[in-house]
Amino acid sequence: MNNTASSVPCYALEAVTKTYGGRRVLDIAGLEVRPGEVLALVGPSGSGKSTLLRLLNFLEPPTSGRIRFMDGDYGPDQPVPLAVRRRVTTVAQRPILLNRSVWANIRFGLGLRGERDGDGRVDAALAQVGLAALARQPARTLSGGEAQRVALARAMVIEPDVLLLDEPTANLDPYNVGVIEDTVRTLNRDRGMTAMLVTHNVFQARRLAHRVALILEGRLVEVADVHVFFEAPRDPRTAAFVRGEMVY
Amino acid sequence: MEKSINTFWQGLVEAIRLIGNGDSGLVEIVVLSLRVSGLALLLSTLIGVPLGAALGLGRFIGRKLVIALMYTGMGFPPVVVGLFVYLLLSRSGPLGSLDSPLVPPLFTPGAMVIAQCIIAFPLVAGFTMAAVMGVDPQLRQQVQSLGATAWQTTLTVLAEARIGVMVAIIAGFGGIISEVGAVMLVGGNIEGRTRVLTTAIVLETRQGNFELAMALGLILLGIAFFINVIMLRLQGKTFDS
Repeated sequence: MNNTASSVPCYALEAVTKTYGGRRVLDIAGLEVRPGEVLALVGPSGSGKSTLLRLLNFLEPPTSGRIRFMDGDYGPDQPVPLAVRRRVTTVAQRPILLNRSVWANIRFGLGLRGERDGDGRVDAALAQVGLAALARQPARTLSGGEAQRVALARAMVIEPDVLLLDEPTANLDPYNVGVIEDTVRTLNRDRGMTAMLVTHNVFQARRLAHRVALILEGRLVEVADVHVFFEAPRDPRTAAFVRGEMVY
Repeated sequence: MEKSINTFWQGLVEAIRLIGNGDSGLVEIVVLSLRVSGLALLLSTLIGVPLGAALGLGRFIGRKLVIALMYTGMGFPPVVVGLFVYLLLSRSGPLGSLDSPLVPPLFTPGAMVIAQCIIAFPLVAGFTMAAVMGVDPQLRQQVQSLGATAWQTTLTVLAEARIGVMVAIIAGFGGIISEVGAVMLVGGNIEGRTRVLTTAIVLETRQGNFELAMALGLILLGIAFFINVIMLRLQGKTFDS
């Protein structure tokens, strides 16, 4: 994969916390996401990975702290402008498709922006995820893998600056995993799209990411280049996680 | 028993004859029934669908109280609604005494529309609320993640719940087209002005004109069936799309 590390971060988080019902589920002292990189976020279930993605997609505000994104700076009480929010999108672990055709699902984001598909982006996205033949099919009739590929195409059609992927290949067969990984790789390489990938699959993190971050109980343990993370981790908990041991 | 069956068949023959002849009195009653119930249904939909969506998707202070009131409204006896509207619109009532052009007087189609609207909108709101609550909650977040505004998110959820919303509107229509107590009270069953199918059936039955009452009943059933078939066809189209 290319490595387009830049000195100006895409995201910069400072003392970001998130609390639900008095329980702090996220406590990030600092994190920078570089433009054009794929950053994998690994860690056990319930460690706060998905919560972090929701904050980065501006679907929820942090309880405290600052999130700098591009040229904006957002805190707990600052509304994020719609135009900023529309520069980021998420592909969830469980894709929920609309009760419409595959084509209409992929076009959906353009409709929200009042845009037409003048340049054939929908068909191009369908072709990229290998579903051109199913364009007119009702989306609800697709298999799990096909549905996830539609969700990815739906996200890429709106050409976001940042693509957040929340365990996008969990429970998928190797073929669908391959299509999704190839698509993410292409988007990153050809369009310079920044991606943040939450995954339980350390092999996938190794295949796709430039850098990897380990998160435990809402806190970042280590963020390192992919080779350092897997081959010479600084933190013993990272080393244990990479070896496949239980880490708490 | 045999007499009842004869009345049914005679009523069917009478209904066919009245429809075939294009009886002007009958046409007037049918048109007024459709006009009053159609307008009441339109208003109920305009109030009930947004209210149901707000109750189903929103979280605000007083929501549970509004839901409790709405459930009560869903089971409200129409004749009590009629009494309520009667007291509101009567000359000494709080609205009738205003003498405002915006407040329809008693014994007019406008008063009947208000009564039917009060009967139908809790049904439309209640079923709409259930329909939007049945949509996967994750859908909202995924739609927002794609850049939807709050308004676009609500419309998308309503579109996903469209079959349930259609059922809500059908339920509202069913609740008012066959209703007699409220329209009798606030409309007065005045020939040529406020007589609708249900009040005409009551009148003809009381006068012993069972064949004519049965004919009107069959026409009412036919209208309800026809409108439900149209709604179901629309539902079918939404399934297909």
